[in-house]
Amino acid sequence: MTPLSGALKPDAPDGSAKFTVRDLDFYYGDFHALTGMNIDIRENSVTAFIGPSGCGKSTFLRCLNRMNDLIPGTRVDGTITLDGQDIYSSGVDPVDLRRRVGMIFQQPNPFPMSIYDNVAFGPRLHGMKKKDELDAVVEQALMRANLWKEVKDIMDRGGLTLSGGQQQRLCIARVLAVQPDVLLMDEPCSAIDPTSVQKVEDLMDELKNTVTIIIVTHNMQQAARVSQETAFFLQERQGEAAELIEFGRTTDIFTSPHDRRTEDYITGRFG
Amino acid sequence: MTESNRMLEQPAVRNGGTLKMMSRATYLREALLKNLFLVCAVVAVAAVSLIFIFTASRGWSVVRDPGLGAFLGGTEWSSTRGEYGILPLVNGTLVITIGALLLGAPLAIGTAVFLSEISSSKMRRIVRPAVEMLAGVPSVVYGFFGLVILRPIVAEMTGGMGFGPLTASVILAVMIVPTIATLTEDALGSVPPGIREASYAMGATTWQTIYKVLLPAAKIGIIDAIILGMGRAVGETMAVVMVAGNAPQFFKGFGAPIATVTSQIVIDMSYASGTHKTALFGLAIILFLISMGLVALVRALSRLNDRKA
Repeated sequence: MTPLSGALKPDAPDGSAKFTVRDLDFYYGDFHALTGMNIDIRENSVTAFIGPSGCGKSTFLRCLNRMNDLIPGTRVDGTITLDGQDIYSSGVDPVDLRRRVGMIFQQPNPFPMSIYDNVAFGPRLHGMKKKDELDAVVEQALMRANLWKEVKDIMDRGGLTLSGGQQQRLCIARVLAVQPDVLLMDEPCSAIDPTSVQKVEDLMDELKNTVTIIIVTHNMQQAARVSQETAFFLQERQGEAAELIEFGRTTDIFTSPHDRRTEDYITGRFG
Repeated sequence: MTESNRMLEQPAVRNGGTLKMMSRATYLREALLKNLFLVCAVVAVAAVSLIFIFTASRGWSVVRDPGLGAFLGGTEWSSTRGEYGILPLVNGTLVITIGALLLGAPLAIGTAVFLSEISSSKMRRIVRPAVEMLAGVPSVVYGFFGLVILRPIVAEMTGGMGFGPLTASVILAVMIVPTIATLTEDALGSVPPGIREASYAMGATTWQTIYKVLLPAAKIGIIDAIILGMGRAVGETMAVVMVAGNAPQFFKGFGAPIATVTSQIVIDMSYASGTHKTALFGLAIILFLISMGLVALVRALSRLNDRKA
């Protein structure tokens, strides 16, 4: 089942591992969705997950902040550690984990409330009440998300009145307001316009100095542009568990992949 | 040769290049069906209109006798004394309806939140049909239950016979639960799933997700649900007649008999004549106006909701 456990060498020469995943298997009820995942995610860099639809990229991403816990009947084997701590060990509070590991979704999903309240949501959730403190956090988060200039005069307007690209940056600001260490991005650019894509990619480049970013993308040019490391996932046959085929520096994956299947995918022979 | 191959080999153009004409039979059938559905819609609208016209034509003369002021502003309803003031009845309807909403709405919204956000699918399969069944119980059964089981308990609590607003409100509260619960569950279900996920991904607990994100997002739908529950409470007659005590007087206490607009119509209609009968039709007009007002309110709210989304 794990033909490449030897071939796969987690590659983290400079910078320590943020996430360390060992022998991860994942099940939706009876369906074995992921098998034999081993990967080290380097701190303060961008890691891209690529692969054809249904290859388990998103499922794996959602293991990293335990979003899969919300789906009844899911099960995880193996270990995932964040800064050396096993996130699936029994004492860990998934709520606290999700504060440290933020998530951006494919479809921008601001809450149906004002721009200000969207960004203040997380800090309020974690007990911040003072108006001036909240104001400062909201402003800072919006600045980090490169949205401040566009919205600073319309903070009371509903978050849903913004354009799709602005909504996505609002969601990023909302996550940044709780100071996460990690940002999981599940195809963050596939539902927004090209200009906004550019803005989000620039933003990722700035953020990676302080935040570890993992992005799932269908767009290989995007993976090549934004990431330092790339992981290629593949479900070889319908109904079988998906595997991590190859993981390494993005430049290596795109110029000299070791595995034939990676090469086929990157050169557009399938997927 | 496979099926698909055979299809491919058929000539692309048939009938000498002209398109087939629609047959007369098809045309007639279509026209007939179209008109049949139109007739259904017209009959429904006509029924409501006719009832309204009939009620209005029999009731409008309350304006002359007992006079609009005496009817709308009168504080006594007594056929023996020829007083037909609706205020005590409106007061009774208001008290019982508000009581029912105060008890029933939280219960119903809680049920909906449980079904939509918390319950396992196994529990849901038990609870949801049970709630829906509440809507199918005939109101006379509710009334009977109230009369025999609830009334003695209320009598114990408040003194007196136990007929009155408390018993009526409790019974009505149970009766409006299915209306409010079902519609609230729909409202929660129509909150975009991404918002729910976003909240959990932000590190919100289930409770925080429910009261900080989902309930505000579904607010207008929930208000709709409450208004429709209110409509049911205002209009309910049989169960109320059986437990309210039916004395057309202002609220004097939770255990003191009271009458509502609907219950008074039922009590009086078998023997009313002349001005009295006109006044009863006047009450019916009032009920019509209330329910039209509630429907208008719901429509206005849903327009507001559409604009916001």
